[in-house]
Amino acid sequence: MVDKPILKKADFESDQAVRWCPGCGDYAILAQTQKIFPEITTEKEKVVFISGIGCSSRFPYYMNTYGFHTIHGRAPTVASGLKISNPDLSVWLVTGDGDGFSIGGNHMIHLLRRNVDLNVMLFNNRIYGLTKGQYSPTSEQGKITYSTPMGSLDYPFNPTKLALGARGAFVAKTIDRDLKHLQSMIKRASEHRGTSFIEIYQNCNIFNDGAFSELTDKETKSERVLKVEHGEPMIFGKENNKGIHLDGIKPQVVTIGDKHSIDDILVHDETDAFIGDMLSNFTASDTFPEPLGVLYCVERPTYDDLMVEQMKEAEKNTKGPKSVNDLLNAGDTWEVK
Amino acid sequence: MAKNVSNKTIDNVTIRFAGDSGDGMQLSGGRFTQTSAVVGNDLSTLPDFPAEIRAPAGSLAGVSSFQIHFSSQEIHTPGEKPDVLVAMNPAALKVHLKDLVPGGTLIVNKNAFTKKNLTLAGYEDDPTEDGSLVDYYSTHFIEMGKLVTNACEGIDIPSKMVDRTKNLCALGVLFWMYDRPLEPTIDWLNQKFKSKPDIIEANVRALNAGYNYGDTAEIFTTRFIVEKAKLPKGKYRNMNGTLASCLGILTAAEKSNLGITFAGYPITPASNILHTLSNWKQFGIKTYQAEDEIAGIGAALGASYGGALGITASSGPGIALKTEFLGLAVMTELPLVVINVQRGGPSTGLPTKTEQSDLFQAVYGRNGEAPIPVIAPTTPGDCFFATYEACRLAVKYMTPVMVLSDGYLVNGSEPWLIPDPNKLEEFKVEFAQENKDEQFLPYKRDEETLARSWAIPGTKGLEHRIGGLEKQDVTGNVNYDSDNHQKMVQIRAQKIANIANELPETKVFGEKSGDVLILSWGSSHGACRAATESLLSENLKVGHVSINWISPLPKDLGEILNNYKKVLIPEVNTGQFRQIIRAEYLVDAIGLNEVQGKPLGASKIEEKVKDLING
Repeated sequence: MVDKPILKKADFESDQAVRWCPGCGDYAILAQTQKIFPEITTEKEKVVFISGIGCSSRFPYYMNTYGFHTIHGRAPTVASGLKISNPDLSVWLVTGDGDGFSIGGNHMIHLLRRNVDLNVMLFNNRIYGLTKGQYSPTSEQGKITYSTPMGSLDYPFNPTKLALGARGAFVAKTIDRDLKHLQSMIKRASEHRGTSFIEIYQNCNIFNDGAFSELTDKETKSERVLKVEHGEPMIFGKENNKGIHLDGIKPQVVTIGDKHSIDDILVHDETDAFIGDMLSNFTASDTFPEPLGVLYCVERPTYDDLMVEQMKEAEKNTKGPKSVNDLLNAGDTWEVK
Repeated sequence: MAKNVSNKTIDNVTIRFAGDSGDGMQLSGGRFTQTSAVVGNDLSTLPDFPAEIRAPAGSLAGVSSFQIHFSSQEIHTPGEKPDVLVAMNPAALKVHLKDLVPGGTLIVNKNAFTKKNLTLAGYEDDPTEDGSLVDYYSTHFIEMGKLVTNACEGIDIPSKMVDRTKNLCALGVLFWMYDRPLEPTIDWLNQKFKSKPDIIEANVRALNAGYNYGDTAEIFTTRFIVEKAKLPKGKYRNMNGTLASCLGILTAAEKSNLGITFAGYPITPASNILHTLSNWKQFGIKTYQAEDEIAGIGAALGASYGGALGITASSGPGIALKTEFLGLAVMTELPLVVINVQRGGPSTGLPTKTEQSDLFQAVYGRNGEAPIPVIAPTTPGDCFFATYEACRLAVKYMTPVMVLSDGYLVNGSEPWLIPDPNKLEEFKVEFAQENKDEQFLPYKRDEETLARSWAIPGTKGLEHRIGGLEKQDVTGNVNYDSDNHQKMVQIRAQKIANIANELPETKVFGEKSGDVLILSWGSSHGACRAATESLLSENLKVGHVSINWISPLPKDLGEILNNYKKVLIPEVNTGQFRQIIRAEYLVDAIGLNEVQGKPLGASKIEEKVKDLING
């Protein structure tokens, strides 16, 4: 962690012109990332942004750090190889709902399972933008798009639920329009050792405008958003008088004041896998508010740390050949004179 | 010796061990190989096993075999028709008898010729009883099952385990016939079954039972002596292509001081490379079993981006999946080594059989203009040098390099003159460093090689972005300009072409000009060299050129081709290299093409050359 920032936002801005559509949510995410990074590191040469293909994946070009714009869906593979070969780096992966969960779905689940120490920022706009507007694996069923004129037939993924199911050890959710929250989630991810997964709801104003307006409009957002914080009761609502209460093992939304007091409201424990699972189930439900924040966070040995340990152990314990020459000359040999 | 046995010295022998997948034929063959190597013969081997791990016992599909050709002369192939066939069951006999030379030696495990096994193999009558074999071959029916049961009496292990030692019994018989020592095998058993003394005892007894059977049974009248081969001076060991490739990687790591990250996904016949390297963590080699083929090459490329040398290995179907990443490596100009252990295709094809049919895939199989260097090892031991060179040039030229190996090379073995790593080409690496006076330009190139610099994350002042979009010359910024694209396509091609400047002079074996040039690439080397030797001994005007580098081709090759009336290109595909040679040099090369899941035989090449000379 950085005690005294020495870098500024401008230090993280590259000289390349940003080429997203005017009004795209990606601008806000880029700006908040550049703003918070001075608090995350003093050594920007150790920061690498890796992306796949899609609108969000242009992100590395705009960060004045190291960056690698790879191929569609495969950023987790490059990022994993990079982190393994060079564990000293701070590796960030930028992906979208198509890149990360459609073409790259396999890599994403394995990345989370392995717990390589890197940070995933998944921009979820529930649409394909760069290919001009087809439905994505997070689009709601029935979505009318160019490729689904009568409505899409497939059921969408729930990204945080999928991440938890894949054994993600840090799973968080935030939204492009809530700038402070977005910054704080990026910072939290940077502090976590292991794969940190942040789903960022992001508005595509061209092909899927308003997908998250319920969560951002003044009128509705306080009723529809539940900000979860470790150790704090799960309260929301215009008057801050609604909360999540556990009735046995079933969560329910209750109003504080008549039958229930603040003491009846569930306190968020981000280390509790059952609470994390429960919160991930709130997504796209009519009954429950949309949870934003760190849904789940535990420390687990990372793949890269375990690998370093194994390498050290192998070096210490091996009785066999110690050099290439030993190995070349190992086994049965004979002289021809 | 208990009976009257004569010794006969012979130049070379080909033995084939054949049995059910569970009969341990690969082990018998492997031990015979190791012992023959230690005795000082030249040798070449060809394991052949089914793709199914355990096909139904006794079935034709489940037959596994191992062929070894050993000699007191220098040899180049695992032999064609065996002089000796060991058949452990009726199915093995059925599958392999047709290859045994007329009058050859046939050793049969009589106890396996049960009614059930005969039916499974499709025999109506028992060939060991109806006299159909003894007229044509020097036949020995040995009750191996009974021999090992008697030998292992008193050892407290299940009878099933006893029965499994009959491969050692067969090996013992062969060791007697060819006058080989038992000690290397006994030492090996002691090492392998360290904690299982009963198993060691049973196997040693079975081995001795076979040996003593040869010694005392009245059926063998001759022992064969194959003297040491006259090989170049030096220290030797037996070497297979998998180990040789891995040693090449390790040598590259040691000489360059680069970290190695090997990332791969299991696939036959390449998996053993992953297994071998996984045991070398003490040398700093990192291995990563990825979730799929794409992730394997992706992680390897990520490692290279981070300043290690990323390596992956696969076989045809897996290489197909890796293709898009090869294109990214070409565009981002990062070092990467991809070992393709070719197997029979298309699709899943023949997973355990060898083929040379991925040549086009290696040279051309990418979208866009995406040339990469391709090097093909010629023998199991040559996998060491080819892999080392692939690593060295990948870094020097900042490019992915493909090593085009195959199933025959990785599983085959030969006596190998142990090289001195100090005598290999130097392998120096310099990473880019910040120069405060100049702006860092990621696509600025070395004038001689045209390679860009290797600027790795973590280096202060060199922060930059790369990716799969077209690069602007010098700056490396994203650029869609038409002239720039044309220029970059040409630069990338020229960079690979420049590698030809450092290829060694092409060696011509045999006549430097004449009637026919036999031109081979990769593992067809052995059969072509053996054929050439034989043709030269008949005073025919024939030469042989064996190609390592397929892309780029050696600069002096065109001239050599012109020195012969005809050019013959034998390869285990339908003529892929021939098409390249024809296109490149406008030479009317003639093909000799077989795709039968096994390496070419020398005799067909000889015949073809004679036809060409006479016709």
